[in-house]
Amino acid sequence: MIADGSNAISGFLEATVRYATPLAFAALGECVSERAGVINIGLEGAIIAGALGATVGAGIAGPAAGFVAGVAAGLLIAVLFALFTVWLRADQIITGTAITMLALGLTGTLYRTVYGVGGVALSTPTVGVLAVPGLSSLPFVGRALFAQPAVTYLLYVLAPLIAWWMARTHGGLATRAMGESPEAAIVAGIRPRLVQTSAVLFAGAMAGMAGATLVLAQAGTFAEGMSAGRGFIAIAIVVLGRWRPLGVAAAALLFGAANALQTLFQAMGWEQVPYQLFLAVPYVLTLIVLAGAGGRAAAPKALGRRRR
Amino acid sequence: MNTLARSMVLALVALAVLVALLVSTGHAPLPALSALANGAFGSTYAVSSTLVRAIPLALAGLAVAVAFRAGLLNIGAEGQLLIGACVATATGALLPDVPRVLAVPLMLGAGALAGAGWAFIAAELRRRFGVLEVISTIMLNFIAIHVTGWLVRGPLQEPTHIYPQSASLPVSQQLPMLIPGTRVHAGVVVVVLLAIGLWWWLRESASGFRLRAVGMNPFAAASAGQISVSRTMVGAFLLSGALAGLAGSVELTGVTYALYENFSPGYGYTAIAVALLARLNPLTVLGTAFLFGALEAGAGAMQRNAAVPSVVVSVVEAALILLVVAADQLQSRAAQRAEASV
Repeated sequence: MIADGSNAISGFLEATVRYATPLAFAALGECVSERAGVINIGLEGAIIAGALGATVGAGIAGPAAGFVAGVAAGLLIAVLFALFTVWLRADQIITGTAITMLALGLTGTLYRTVYGVGGVALSTPTVGVLAVPGLSSLPFVGRALFAQPAVTYLLYVLAPLIAWWMARTHGGLATRAMGESPEAAIVAGIRPRLVQTSAVLFAGAMAGMAGATLVLAQAGTFAEGMSAGRGFIAIAIVVLGRWRPLGVAAAALLFGAANALQTLFQAMGWEQVPYQLFLAVPYVLTLIVLAGAGGRAAAPKALGRRRR
Repeated sequence: MNTLARSMVLALVALAVLVALLVSTGHAPLPALSALANGAFGSTYAVSSTLVRAIPLALAGLAVAVAFRAGLLNIGAEGQLLIGACVATATGALLPDVPRVLAVPLMLGAGALAGAGWAFIAAELRRRFGVLEVISTIMLNFIAIHVTGWLVRGPLQEPTHIYPQSASLPVSQQLPMLIPGTRVHAGVVVVVLLAIGLWWWLRESASGFRLRAVGMNPFAAASAGQISVSRTMVGAFLLSGALAGLAGSVELTGVTYALYENFSPGYGYTAIAVALLARLNPLTVLGTAFLFGALEAGAGAMQRNAAVPSVVVSVVEAALILLVVAADQLQSRAAQRAEASV
């Protein structure tokens, strides 16, 4: 019984990290973009584009090429978003909504055209789990943290690196200045378009990475709409993480845990527990955190604002 | 450019986008386009399918338009629509033996109230805590999706507990059909009346004026017009939520007759496009909703008869929004430049 319980829990932790991995990529990118003052509702579109890009790339030249193609596809979507929001100064929310529709439609069309309506199940080469010797045999957390695909380990480096970059480098400072007070930033000699475009492109690349991870490290196949709202979830994660990279990484784990509860309940034989309600918990929590933080006080002050 | 010329140019460019997509994915454009047109307008039944698709899009489009007019970016029509459908279903389940003349209005009213209530959460979060509605309504959409998922597997599940959906509505809880032999239900009358009413209200009434004034410039409205900005915003949010909730309960009582997961194929998001393309004018919303209804009804036929994936229409819809946005931006910047050079 105890052995069952600990198996269930370590399975739950493993699933938590697995669900959290693509979310963390997308959310860390969005975090940087929002700190630069740009909220990107088109993230969902970049994720699904990344997923299709990864499928095509991996089909041609293997998983590594898949990751490159996924990132490139996410970047491409971000270029379009940056063109409208940063260069044409169009409304970010409206543009983001359109970009998501565009990418969902385009990926669906391309996929169905190539693989047929209804389609044969298409399988893609995937990257396997890379267990870290020693660490992966730690009790409870060993398998969860150290028996994952290599991309997960990349996040262990990336999250602190972004935190350091944002806090300590000129680029990071310029990015945050654009999000807090673009007028002052411009007076200080920061080039607004350069900073915001870079931030948006970084977010697009990371969203593409998230899509590639879904295909190449998890599903092993592409399915229409497989981004399944993760772009919007990433925005919730950024808010819950209070626009700080390490907070964002922790919040991604929380959303991953809510998703993984399903596996825990199944392992424990509690099929009757309504896990849908647990899936809603992180969103409720995000709203509470926002209300408690005074909403705007915590967000970058110029977030979503159009420059005149 | 006047509105008509502008719409023509937009329609032509959208058509060009569609043709380019068809050609680049190896489909013959003519048979595909004729299947699309036939599916949307080719028969009485086709037109009725278009109308039926347009109804929820128009109601949710009105919801988005009202909020945007007040300067509120309500991305939450999807969630408000779902909660409206949930509460309408629950109301029906609680009142099994009520006659139709009473049951249907009660269900629609309950759905509208529920949508308003769901929007009120975002309104209060904004008013009391300054939480951006763009973010809160996204959260509320997801909460609504999961609440729906739970209801159709829990309290509202059909009696045999096999399928994740509610029991089918009895005839006494269905909106009557307007034209026999088609799918057009009485909801179409509700939509048209509401659009005209909203258009008149925004144009002519004092409260409608206050809403527009707050949307244009909240600071000026507050200082020069002595308008209570927060009260107007909450009011606009409630109205917007009620319209979206109504969209959900009309779809339930007029088309699906049951609640299930994925009850809305993203009506609340498409509604953003519907409202924007209509330039937030309630009367024009009827037109753009009809256009989108035709695209989506035609897309199904195109997929069946010309093997073209139906999702191509989302690309066309997205292209339309981006075109409008780009045209607006270029125009306003040209105006700015002209002003600067004087």
